[in-house]
Amino acid sequence: MTSLPEKTEKKLGLVIDLDTCVGCHACVISCKGWNTENYGAPLSDQRPYGTDPMGTFLNRVHSYEVQPDSGQAQTVHFPKSCLHCEDAPCVTVCPTGASYKRSEDGIVLVNETDCIGCGLCAWACPYGARELDQAEGVMKKCTLCVDRIYNENLPEVDREPACVRTCPAGARHFGDFADPESNVSKLTAERGGMDLMPELGTKPVNKYLPPRPKDAWDGEEDILAPFLTPVAEEPSGFLGWLDKQLSRLPGDGKTDS
Amino acid sequence: MHPAPSVIAFTTLSGLGFGLLAWLGIDATPPTGWTAFAFFAIAFALSVGGLISSTFHLGRPERAWKAFSQWRTSWLSREGVCAVAALVVMGLYAAALVFAGAHFALLGWLGAALSLGTVYTTSMIYAQLKTIPRWNTPLTCVLYLAYAITGGALLSGRVEIALVLLLVSAGLQILWWMQGDGAFSGRGTTMETATGLGSIGTVRSAAPPHTAPNYLVREFIHIIGRKHAQKLRVISIALMAVLPILLLLLPFSHMAAAVAVVSHIAGVAVSRWLFFAEAEHTVGLYYGAR
Repeated sequence: MTSLPEKTEKKLGLVIDLDTCVGCHACVISCKGWNTENYGAPLSDQRPYGTDPMGTFLNRVHSYEVQPDSGQAQTVHFPKSCLHCEDAPCVTVCPTGASYKRSEDGIVLVNETDCIGCGLCAWACPYGARELDQAEGVMKKCTLCVDRIYNENLPEVDREPACVRTCPAGARHFGDFADPESNVSKLTAERGGMDLMPELGTKPVNKYLPPRPKDAWDGEEDILAPFLTPVAEEPSGFLGWLDKQLSRLPGDGKTDS
Repeated sequence: MHPAPSVIAFTTLSGLGFGLLAWLGIDATPPTGWTAFAFFAIAFALSVGGLISSTFHLGRPERAWKAFSQWRTSWLSREGVCAVAALVVMGLYAAALVFAGAHFALLGWLGAALSLGTVYTTSMIYAQLKTIPRWNTPLTCVLYLAYAITGGALLSGRVEIALVLLLVSAGLQILWWMQGDGAFSGRGTTMETATGLGSIGTVRSAAPPHTAPNYLVREFIHIIGRKHAQKLRVISIALMAVLPILLLLLPFSHMAAAVAVVSHIAGVAVSRWLFFAEAEHTVGLYYGAR
């Protein structure tokens, strides 16, 4: 049914640390790798080796430059996938009931055998979290790796979303936001986790941790700096003699002047 | 938004067809026999043709029947249910008029209500979307209903009413454009709220996640179609309202009426092109575009 559950027992989701993310796109690749051969239809590519290559991805990494009022601009890498919103507008617009939000853990999923590929859920999502697969004609989205997190055939360490498992920087965290003692709840509280486009009222479950303030160098020099050996401007000793002899030879007039 | 030809054709033609059905439904002295057959054939061709063309943009058209199930929550589902109900009721009403010469007024009024209900549910599919501020207004519903009623009046030969409605529709269209032009900035959604980085400074897209356009970019960021927006607005109003009004004011001839109808449909289609091409989706912000 496309009506949203009034309350979900768990609120599973991700915390994405914009301070730590290095923009390596490893989460994008591991997501595509896992999800193209597991739950649902494969994630197709169009013209992968041609001009204008295109494909279905459930996770994308943008890079932004943020310019404060004064001082240096800052680069922020910004992974973006489904936020598993509490008030998910993509679910209620679905005409067939293919899109649904699970009452047990809050994961938003698409039942691909019911999806007619009308695209209205992608229109309703403010974040661009849903992509219509061009080969299969059905809507694809992040499943929070529902086929990993409960999968008892996997070692326990692997029972988390592929993007979290692979992140080499530790910028992605998975957990239950309904539990105030969970790792994700604590991180969100400590670091001021934020919602994307809160003004649209979607109540995203996933939270983003803002970049920490950067160090500044304004005139601060170490007190020992004056005692450091200055870098030689003119060569001395053997190098100085060599420099003098070489300068006497003709041929480097062009570069010298 | 990508202006898909199938959706433009659907909303233009089916709006017109259901508008005509509504007028035929409330007519106190409706046509009977072959005249009725001609009117209803045009109305059903437009409304059914429009509905069929709307399935062309589906990824899985063979499953379209499943869309009737979620009428409790989904406006798209409600549209499907309403459209089928309107076509069935008006089909019975039309059959009685064509074959038996019998006029069941109550059935006609019910069919007219369902026909306009279909147009309303279509408009709500767009008007409900907070992601597209230009559409997200009750005025979108008013505009769709106005176009349907105007086109229906024109097609059913109600000249005096059509003259007034053409003026009303043109006014509503201009009002909708004026309101829509400030809708996105009025909503306050920016790259800064989209990324949450506004507390640090102004945000600029430094590198997109992919080198070539993907589904999101193709579907939601359609800047090329807006290039001649102002000229197209003038062309739309001229074809949709000005030319039909002038033709209707001339001494009546079937030729002039036919040209007025064709001109009106072309004008509505241009307006529908702009409806999509000028619509800016919030996802564009992540790409530093709108």
